[in-house]
Amino acid sequence: MRAFAELLDRLSLTGSRNAKLTLVRDYLRETPNPDRGWALAALTGDLSFDAAKPAFIRKAVEARMDPLLFRWSYDYVGDLAETVALVWPARLGANREPELSEVVDALRSATRAEVQTLIEGWLDALQPTGRWALLKLMTGGLRVGLSARLAKQAAADVGPVPVAEVEELWHALHAPYEDLFAWLEGRSERPSSENPGRFRPAMLAQAIDEAVDFARLDPADYAAEWKWDGIRVQAVNEGGVRRLYTRTGDDISKTFPDVVDALAQEGVIDGELLVLRDGKVASFADLQQRLNRKTVDAKILAGHPAGIRAYDLLSEGADDTRTLPFAERRKRLEAFVAKEASPRIDLSPVQPFATWKELAALRAAPPAGDAQIAEGLMLKRWDSIYEAGRPKGPWFKWKRDPFLIDAVLMYAQRGHGKRSSFYSDYTFGVWTEGPDGKRLLTPVGKAYFGFTDEELKQIDKFVRDNTLERFGPVRAVRAEPHAGLVFEVAFEGLQRSTRHKSGVAMRFPRINRIRWDKPPGEADELVTLERMLAQVEAR
Amino acid sequence: MIRPQDLLCPRPEGLYCPPGDFYIDPVRPVARAVITHGHADHARAGHGAVLATPETLDIMAERYGATFADSRQAGAYGEVVARDDVEVTLVPAGHVLGSAQAVVRWQGLTMVVSGDYKRRRDPTCPAFESVPCDVFITEATFGLPVFRHPDDKDEIARLLRSVAQFPERSHLVGAYALGKAQRIIRLLREAGWDRTIYVHGALERLDALYERHGVDLGPIEPATSPAKKGDFAGQIVIAPPSATQDRWSRRFPDPVLAFASGWMQVRARARQRGVELPLVISDHADWDELTATVDELRPGELWITHGREEALARWAELHGVPARALALVGYEEEDDD
Repeated sequence: MRAFAELLDRLSLTGSRNAKLTLVRDYLRETPNPDRGWALAALTGDLSFDAAKPAFIRKAVEARMDPLLFRWSYDYVGDLAETVALVWPARLGANREPELSEVVDALRSATRAEVQTLIEGWLDALQPTGRWALLKLMTGGLRVGLSARLAKQAAADVGPVPVAEVEELWHALHAPYEDLFAWLEGRSERPSSENPGRFRPAMLAQAIDEAVDFARLDPADYAAEWKWDGIRVQAVNEGGVRRLYTRTGDDISKTFPDVVDALAQEGVIDGELLVLRDGKVASFADLQQRLNRKTVDAKILAGHPAGIRAYDLLSEGADDTRTLPFAERRKRLEAFVAKEASPRIDLSPVQPFATWKELAALRAAPPAGDAQIAEGLMLKRWDSIYEAGRPKGPWFKWKRDPFLIDAVLMYAQRGHGKRSSFYSDYTFGVWTEGPDGKRLLTPVGKAYFGFTDEELKQIDKFVRDNTLERFGPVRAVRAEPHAGLVFEVAFEGLQRSTRHKSGVAMRFPRINRIRWDKPPGEADELVTLERMLAQVEAR
Repeated sequence: MIRPQDLLCPRPEGLYCPPGDFYIDPVRPVARAVITHGHADHARAGHGAVLATPETLDIMAERYGATFADSRQAGAYGEVVARDDVEVTLVPAGHVLGSAQAVVRWQGLTMVVSGDYKRRRDPTCPAFESVPCDVFITEATFGLPVFRHPDDKDEIARLLRSVAQFPERSHLVGAYALGKAQRIIRLLREAGWDRTIYVHGALERLDALYERHGVDLGPIEPATSPAKKGDFAGQIVIAPPSATQDRWSRRFPDPVLAFASGWMQVRARARQRGVELPLVISDHADWDELTATVDELRPGELWITHGREEALARWAELHGVPARALALVGYEEEDDD
């Protein structure tokens, strides 16, 4: 338990992806079975208990210590699990720290009443970090800033093997994954992934480099289709098992029963999950209403009907089609979707074009209808097989030009890790009219990338030289009509938001250019954003 | 009958002793001062006469120059010094080099001013000694049950493990320049780290002072010495906390930011400062040490000075020790610059 606790502790304070991978990979290498397997399951979200409710924990600690001292402690720390981990008045005795697997075994077999006694004994035996990890594990949700995908990547690094191989196997495996580790460490054959309903690792596209790629690519080799603005999914109907996965293999079947029910024939579709009303694509905001819900009610199902716009066919009946060329797969996909004959499953149409110039015109002025809210275009080589990962060359994405506005830097926050000595996270605003009729800045977004290291140094210096006030790690920066810093901010989309004072929220904002030359007074107004929003909504 | 407040009472300048006419750790210049230890908020320049341990006098001279006071008197540990009718004895407090408790006796009444203290072993200074007393005046920097400092050996082991795990990065450890930094260096040496340790300029003179007082710190170099950025990969660098997030720190390759402080016990504090590797190592007594000390001494009265007075007062009342909070101002939270 100590190594697992130390791992969670480090992860919770580590920002860098590479450092997280190192921490998890080393843990998996150094920890024996079955502890490491249970830890991996906990990190990927495949192991959860709700054995201990916060109310029980609180009662247990208050039975052992002065409630007033506990309250002061809780007020100071602000997090119940952490407070209890620190203040727990351990009863002395010959307590041995439990191993992670002992905790897991006990929690899986014990009754609720037994669990409470066990927990108290474990809390007595463990150190504060161990207690904290135990409480996080038992109250569900580790929340240490590690995605399931990253945990799988770390497991793959133990081999090393490509992460796609671990992903493909994943749904055929069961915690504590001893067969997986045996294979990764070269002690046995690759475990079988032949379980029906499994996830197939997705093929991803590279961003096209307009300046370089078009000159060397032949338009006749490529198919073009719209890049729809939903989430990429894989719909599986195999051996009587029907499932819907995200592109990283998270099972979201329970959130989208309407889509799963529509899968009539055996096969695996790669497509875009969208809210579809009468065959017309709704905005991404509509889809967000459906995402991240554990349960769905009839009202949301009726109001936000989901469906799939199909891109590809990975398997049909008993055939694995991934080794066929795209042109062949596309023909089979068209027939497959026609046979499904469901309003929830339609086809992402291929856009004919002869030259790159012609395609550029199409991208710049999409025809009326759904294409207006597409994210851009996808290019796929007609002869490309379906390959896991992001191979170079066969598929490209060509995103629509971003929206641009000029905004004024208002607050800067210290970064993390490599950037901890830099003010690298920026809140920026645009002009609006205050209640007294005066012009003032209102924050509209936050961005922390899009600039080079050299530019970061310059912005950091500007922040330090123009600080008005400090709030912990945040500095308020001078932002007046004639003094301040203007950023050209690029973003992909715009939504209404009740959480932001300005009423708008940007998608993927980043710093496109630093306008050292521009006086803040000439930056954009909130009405410009509102106009953009109205245009987006009118599509 | 003599009352404790006739012997020691709080004043705006600090804790005052009327029959001996001196202040203990005054925060403003006074005619006569007794200084418990060399941290800047306790030991200020500009007093008339100063009584302190030889080590503390040395530290003050190093920090403020030889003219930091008009006159100084060294009181070795255990030596009884008379101040008018009052006897003052300095007794080890285990906080930093030269740190002392001030034991004040007058007409059969004994009061102990703890200064800052801790109860666990510190390789850079003698251990705290318990002195039976009528009134114990304790600090309470970590006077909340959430502060339970782990074994410092385990914390150093975590640091060394991280160094092994990330050989391409440097480890930048924030540590208070007086006491904490040298203790960390000693603990690293005891754990077998015999490589050069790089230090920020603010530490150099105090490191040399510790060496003069017999604390062997091993090979130390200024953190400016290697020419190239990559030279610090795999190295341990120690700097005052404020410097670790300063532009000064940019010379190090992708540093793992560590911070040695009792405050690091609370995750939100670490997160707020961008600390990746919190090391819970403190020169103050944690909750268990504070309560164990009160329990051991069982003073007639417990007075509580800087820190979280209310929680420790509550604990003392629950355990039958009359307690009150002394409102003394001007002392800082440890390492929280």
